[in-house]
Amino acid sequence: MSMTRDTKVTYGLLALFGIFGPILFPDYTLSIAYLWMMVLMASTWDTLGGQMGYNSLGNITFFGVGMYVSAIVQVSFFYEGGVAEYTSAMGSIKPEFTPAEYFWGLGLGILAAGVVGLVLSVIFSSFMFGLRGPYFAIGSLGLAIAVAEVTITIDYVGGASGISMPLFPGDIEFRSTFFYILCFVLTIISHFLLRWLYSTQFGLAINAIRDDEDKAEAMGIPTLAYKRIGWAIPAFFMGCIGAVAGNMAGFIDKEVAYPIPTFGIFMVAMALLGGKGTLWGPVLGAIIFHVIKEATWTYLLNLQWVALGLILIINIVYFQQGIMGWLQTKYPERFGIVVDTSTVTDADGKEAA
Amino acid sequence: MWDNLQLLFVWAPIINVQVILDGIFVGAVFALSAYGLALVWGVMNIKNLAQGDFVIMGGYMALALHQLHVPLVLILLIVMPLMFMFGWVIYVLMIRRIIDQDMFVSLLATFGLSLLLQQVMNLIFGPEVQTIDMELPVYDAFDNMVTVPSSKLITLGLAAVIATGVIIFMKRSRAGQAIRATAQDPRAARVLGIDIDRVYAFTFAFNAALCGAAGVLVSIIWVIQPFYGITYSVRSFAIVTAAGLGNLPAVIGAGFGIGLFEKYTGAILGTAYEVAAPVSILLLVLIWRQIQMRRNRQVVR
Repeated sequence: MSMTRDTKVTYGLLALFGIFGPILFPDYTLSIAYLWMMVLMASTWDTLGGQMGYNSLGNITFFGVGMYVSAIVQVSFFYEGGVAEYTSAMGSIKPEFTPAEYFWGLGLGILAAGVVGLVLSVIFSSFMFGLRGPYFAIGSLGLAIAVAEVTITIDYVGGASGISMPLFPGDIEFRSTFFYILCFVLTIISHFLLRWLYSTQFGLAINAIRDDEDKAEAMGIPTLAYKRIGWAIPAFFMGCIGAVAGNMAGFIDKEVAYPIPTFGIFMVAMALLGGKGTLWGPVLGAIIFHVIKEATWTYLLNLQWVALGLILIINIVYFQQGIMGWLQTKYPERFGIVVDTSTVTDADGKEAA
Repeated sequence: MWDNLQLLFVWAPIINVQVILDGIFVGAVFALSAYGLALVWGVMNIKNLAQGDFVIMGGYMALALHQLHVPLVLILLIVMPLMFMFGWVIYVLMIRRIIDQDMFVSLLATFGLSLLLQQVMNLIFGPEVQTIDMELPVYDAFDNMVTVPSSKLITLGLAAVIATGVIIFMKRSRAGQAIRATAQDPRAARVLGIDIDRVYAFTFAFNAALCGAAGVLVSIIWVIQPFYGITYSVRSFAIVTAAGLGNLPAVIGAGFGIGLFEKYTGAILGTAYEVAAPVSILLLVLIWRQIQMRRNRQVVR
């Protein structure tokens, strides 16, 4: 993985911010944790949406499923009564987990959440990838709504009344620092995995699928297999981050686990704002979006959702190429893009050589 | 579930009449908004995810007018032009700019619009579930086993009148001809002197008016809430995907089909599944289309 000087500086600055941000501004630790979470969501959405051209509106499904799976794992491993008894008590049972039990449960829960997300995505792949363009987007949105609606009919996981997560063994500052580190580390892992993947043959193959799937298939690329992997990676990370988010929230129900109109659409908006189909676009978009979101939260009390909706519309309608796309057309040479001047007509309208 | 099945088919089969009637009542309303979607989709290739929120918006307008003691027919005559103007404004502000873009852009932009409308309605009308009580008589049949509120009968009649009006309008009027011509071949239509931009604007505004009418009917026979819109959008998409574009009889048929499916799911599995029903039927339709297409080694695009 060779890096240019700019990239190294960017990583350095981000690492400095990631490490010293919560130390310097301890009140904002959880807010910065959500920032990394959104970077992860936007980046992994971009694998499927930007790099592979399958615009999903349903990646949030894995987030919610991950949340519920980790809750089940965390409760069932160390509480003798079982999950059904725990959820039917509606939060009145507060099992005392020792720190070791809690952290083991959490670790296993996150891993299980990722794996279940991955398995689920492979199952979905079998009946979703015959859909193209808008049908895939609508189908995946339908999938997310359907899974959310089915979840609240299952009494085992608390039905419509939700589950309260096990209590964190430690004080509130340690709690936020701990979840901050989890979010930060997961985001770093996902970023470098994607960075590496986009530089391999896998990256080329999914880009080929985006550009012309029929031709890609004709060239002998096993498109379905690549598409499965292309959805399994986002699904795994969405499951893991869902498990973390569930524990951060402390209580999960349909609204927390399947935030389709909020995070479900924000991740798409962030990737588009930064510029989809690039590695850095979603990161940049997530950072800008999060700053705007926090600012509107603070200064525009009841109107914050209206403001976010407006931002989304303006972004999509008037500024679709995104920041990275705009920069690439403005300064192509900074991105190592060689503009072939031989076919570009000069100012007089004559062909230059 | 087993109890409900027994109730429906062994102990009191007459309840089926009630379920079927309810299915037909709501199906008529679904067909209206689905036809609007099919029109916009077919003419200008915009997939409007804010469809359901237009419906709910019409419902809230009706609610506000009803509180001013405006009679029902007049409510329809006020809401439809208002929604028409609203649709025209939305077209000028955003749809015009995304019309020749990637298909996903229209989907996402209208999703943004949908969020915006939900939040604005939530701010104005509050998150409570509301309905219009027309205080009309309720008819009973078969020893009180089946109840038919006359408001539902009136709604069905109004939906039929509106649908007939739309069919005649699309077939006979110059504007309808222009819309159909543009849907067939925009370039040829432009060459023949049709102002495409105006046709697009009219089509989108017409769709908003149809949704508004559907919303008025929904607020009478059912309940409205700022965040209920998305299920109407999903139903419309399911109907259009199943029925195809621009085929009004098929859209009406599919609308009744979804209405019946939903009511039977509610009756057999319990009302908790009534929201999941339109979504699952959308997925089933999409899977069915894939299976059909795969026979010819094609995909759904």
